[in-house]
Amino acid sequence: MEPVREDPDPLLSARGLSVSRGGELLLRQVDLTIHAREIMTIIGPNGAGKSTLLSALLGLIPLSAGSVRQRPGLVVGYVPQRLRVDSVLPMTVARFIGLSNGRGELPRDLFVRLGCAGLLERPMHGLSGGETQRVLLARALSRNPDLLVLDEPAQGLDLAGEEQLHGFLEELRRERGVAALLVSHNLHFVMASANRVICLNRHVCCSGSPTAVRATPEFKLLFGDKVPGVGYYQHHHDHSHTSCGVVGEGEHG
Amino acid sequence: MDEFMLRALLAGIGMALAAGPLGVFVVWRRMAYFGDALSHAALLGVALGLVTGWSMNLTIAGICLAVAMLVTWLHSRPELPADAALGIFSHGALALGLIIAALADGVRVDLMAYLFGDVLAAGWVDVAWIWVGAIVVLGVIRRYWNDWVNATVHEGLATLDGVAVARMRLIFMLLTALVTAAALKVVGAMLITALLVIPPAAARPFASTPEGMALGAVLIGAVSAPLGLLVSYRWDLPSGPAIVLVACGFFGVSLLVRRKTTV
Repeated sequence: MEPVREDPDPLLSARGLSVSRGGELLLRQVDLTIHAREIMTIIGPNGAGKSTLLSALLGLIPLSAGSVRQRPGLVVGYVPQRLRVDSVLPMTVARFIGLSNGRGELPRDLFVRLGCAGLLERPMHGLSGGETQRVLLARALSRNPDLLVLDEPAQGLDLAGEEQLHGFLEELRRERGVAALLVSHNLHFVMASANRVICLNRHVCCSGSPTAVRATPEFKLLFGDKVPGVGYYQHHHDHSHTSCGVVGEGEHG
Repeated sequence: MDEFMLRALLAGIGMALAAGPLGVFVVWRRMAYFGDALSHAALLGVALGLVTGWSMNLTIAGICLAVAMLVTWLHSRPELPADAALGIFSHGALALGLIIAALADGVRVDLMAYLFGDVLAAGWVDVAWIWVGAIVVLGVIRRYWNDWVNATVHEGLATLDGVAVARMRLIFMLLTALVTAAALKVVGAMLITALLVIPPAAARPFASTPEGMALGAVLIGAVSAPLGLLVSYRWDLPSGPAIVLVACGFFGVSLLVRRKTTV
């Protein structure tokens, strides 16, 4: 289903990636390749291992099998799912962003575009969820990354904010060639903005372009028959893990 | 000034120098329970030192370092919650220490001195230990300060910035072990955590940067020690608790400041 592209030098690729914790297999045999200048979105039900997959790809947690290969010199900007800075730690937004590159030199225009230029002197612990997301994104971008990895970046954003975010990612991709790998729950935006979608439920159920993925039986099993794109979908929680795995395993990816 | 008083002052101030910058991380990382566990285990070092005749300072430091390494190792194993594992471990070490002390014939152990400290009895060797320890601790903290602050905010982000998070954690544990061993003489096993936690907490409302908070903690600690000694000398009170109470007083004042600034 996915057009076979010969990319001799992908940004990041995983082969047979498995992760287990306490004897439980959280991810099984995941194959995944991220090419330069593409936006790849991971979708899947709660507990599908989406965040775990990101952590494994970034080398933050050990693999139980398989391998991850990063292009040498790859710079990754990471936006974690949540960040809570305790109020006992006095730290301004500017200092927090400066921790990343150590230079304390910040691209002003970027902050203006992200709408957090006014936040720089604010304490981290006083930020709202949406403000924290913007600050995290600014920190990730201050490293001048080739690849942005975002774990549910839409959390804490309202619909307009989420639309803005996706537009911004697309702009970054076009103007600076920044690739993005993100976890999202909003199928509407996924279908509208992703180049490639990976449907995850502890393994890769299906993957490909949004239209191709939407047509697969695995997708329908996970997300129901409602065609996303109208801004509303019903998330079915009665999917079963194996029914999806039998079909999806080994055929895609 | 009497020489014992001078030694006590120097010991107390040296302690505050190391405990301040380390204590801020104890507070930020919510590791107070770790300091408690270490201080319990330190009593095993006391017992071993008494029985074997080994250098007391070295034995206590050795036991604290060993416990810190074991705890760090336990941290990487998910079978048991960290605090439960720590509780088992520290109280096990404490129980073992008490039994060794009881079994040792002819050893009259003044446990009170180790439980609540006896800084007025500190010799020049103890003072030298504390200052050498404090300078080593300060040097290491300075070297890794930014990496530690980074990892304190978010370990994943710090890892991607190239910080060796696991190694930083181990170094932090080892330094805390060293300071605990040194503080045993000053405030005693029961009150060591107070020395690590109260000055940073009292400094918080006055600080707007991580560095400011560490500096404030050093200052408050370095003032609490002489004031506490003075109080203890004047009214013939135990010195360790007096130091801790003065620090608590500073925390009380900082609460008032906090109320004023946050409204």
